[in-house]
Amino acid sequence: MIKDITLGQYYPSGSILHKLDPRVKVMGALIYIISLFIFKGKLGYIATTAFLIFLIMISLVPFSYMIKGLKTIIIFMVFTALINLFMTPGEPVFTIWKLTISKEGIEVTARMIIRLISLILGTSIMTFTTTPNQLTDALERLFRPLKIFRFPVHEIAMMMSIALSFIPILVEELDIIMKAQKARGADFDDKRFTKRVKALIPVLVPLFVSAFRRANDLALAMDSRCYRGGDGRTKMRPLVYHKKDIMAYLILLLYLAIVIVMGRL
Amino acid sequence: MNLIEVKKLIYEYIRRDKDGNVDGITTAIDKVDLDISQGDFVAILGHNGSGKSTLAKHLNAIYFPEEGVVYVDGKDTSDPKNIWDVRQTTGMVFQNPDNQIIGSIVEEDVGFGPENMGIAPEEIWDRVEESLEAVGMYEHRERSPRKLSGGQKQRVAIAGIVAMKPKCIVLDEPTAMLDPKGRADVIRTIKKLNRENSITIILITHNMEEVVDADKVYVMDKGRLVMQGSPREIFSQVDELKEIRLDVPQITELAYELNKEGIPLPKGILSREELVEELCRLL
Repeated sequence: MIKDITLGQYYPSGSILHKLDPRVKVMGALIYIISLFIFKGKLGYIATTAFLIFLIMISLVPFSYMIKGLKTIIIFMVFTALINLFMTPGEPVFTIWKLTISKEGIEVTARMIIRLISLILGTSIMTFTTTPNQLTDALERLFRPLKIFRFPVHEIAMMMSIALSFIPILVEELDIIMKAQKARGADFDDKRFTKRVKALIPVLVPLFVSAFRRANDLALAMDSRCYRGGDGRTKMRPLVYHKKDIMAYLILLLYLAIVIVMGRL
Repeated sequence: MNLIEVKKLIYEYIRRDKDGNVDGITTAIDKVDLDISQGDFVAILGHNGSGKSTLAKHLNAIYFPEEGVVYVDGKDTSDPKNIWDVRQTTGMVFQNPDNQIIGSIVEEDVGFGPENMGIAPEEIWDRVEESLEAVGMYEHRERSPRKLSGGQKQRVAIAGIVAMKPKCIVLDEPTAMLDPKGRADVIRTIKKLNRENSITIILITHNMEEVVDADKVYVMDKGRLVMQGSPREIFSQVDELKEIRLDVPQITELAYELNKEGIPLPKGILSREELVEELCRLL
């Protein structure tokens, strides 16, 4: 069940999106996030959702695979949904005990859910189609101007990409540790919340220990492969914009314009 | 000068208590001398805690000698300006295949070393292709290393080192976490690299079967170099090896037991064919 976490994972399907310059995809994700929050009317939802469906289709990543990533944040979504549902004042639809659900509440919740799902799917399209290394390269290039302020751009980008690529390994490890503790009688399904939290301690401690050990091993491996930070380092895939990247930028701008216009209606 | 020269190397782990006072000293390496020439296939044997991994890390300028010197390709490893040359000359493959993968695609991972060395992109691709072919992983070049088997991951790690064009590869128990098939693949790969690309191999292991074909074997115990010689010389000293908790290859063991039962077999038999031949001669 834990193995289902797919958020932030590369899915090689060789689509046109995979071949785009990673900078386009980072900017694209950013533009998409912005576009989700600049409109008011219903038409905006149609535009953003349509664009999302278009992206999912050309990414050639199976939709069922993408949905798996949503499962992990479902608790968070339900929680925010409930708060919105009950806390929005307005024309009451029905009342349970002291809690009232208003018409506005339903509307706000529905909007929020659509936005959240679009936000997560939109950004995960970027991570599905971009390897962590490409992502690092892109961020490094996009944030290069910050270097003037002695901001360690390369180092932070490197850390991000390593963190991303270690997610599946740590997830697997977590699964093994949980099974091992279950075999020793740990109860992760207890109804009482405090019991469940307590049961997690013997899982988290070994997980952290192993993560540190792995980090140490990886640092050694990087050292012995002559890693010495960003200076003097070359790239296998130097970032160069091609015609298709320019096209992608134009499509993105066009999309943003459409959302702005439709959002006003 | 030999490719690797280690002279009177001493390395100590110092344990300190809470106040920073020295609590105890463990001598991991105690006056070790080592000479390895270009193109050799050398095996270093030893039980856990014998200091063999610590020694390996000295050859790659990860650890620096406390006393004594380590020369790699004529360069003193303790000189900070040699560190990158040393690390490029001797590449290192570690035990856990998962913890040494940096790239999320096989190609990217193999290219990591050359990228760090500041090589031009076209040449990186040539090297990546060459080294993936050398380890027999070329057809997997676009896959995610996480989805490969242990033996395949380890071969990708080797390719990552080969792409840096080292003169020597140090492998620190590369097969300890692998299944028998992965083990055989990795050993075949490093033998091939030794033979065809004349890369010096230093294989650290406690699997005796892997050592049989080495040019020279060193045996370590408690930080000291206790035996050295050809595999045949080493494995004819079965009793001495058992004393430091090391085994011998199964065939050698069988010949040794037969010898004890009064069958006059020569010492240090290494392969099944050899044993068969010797037994036939006795008939």
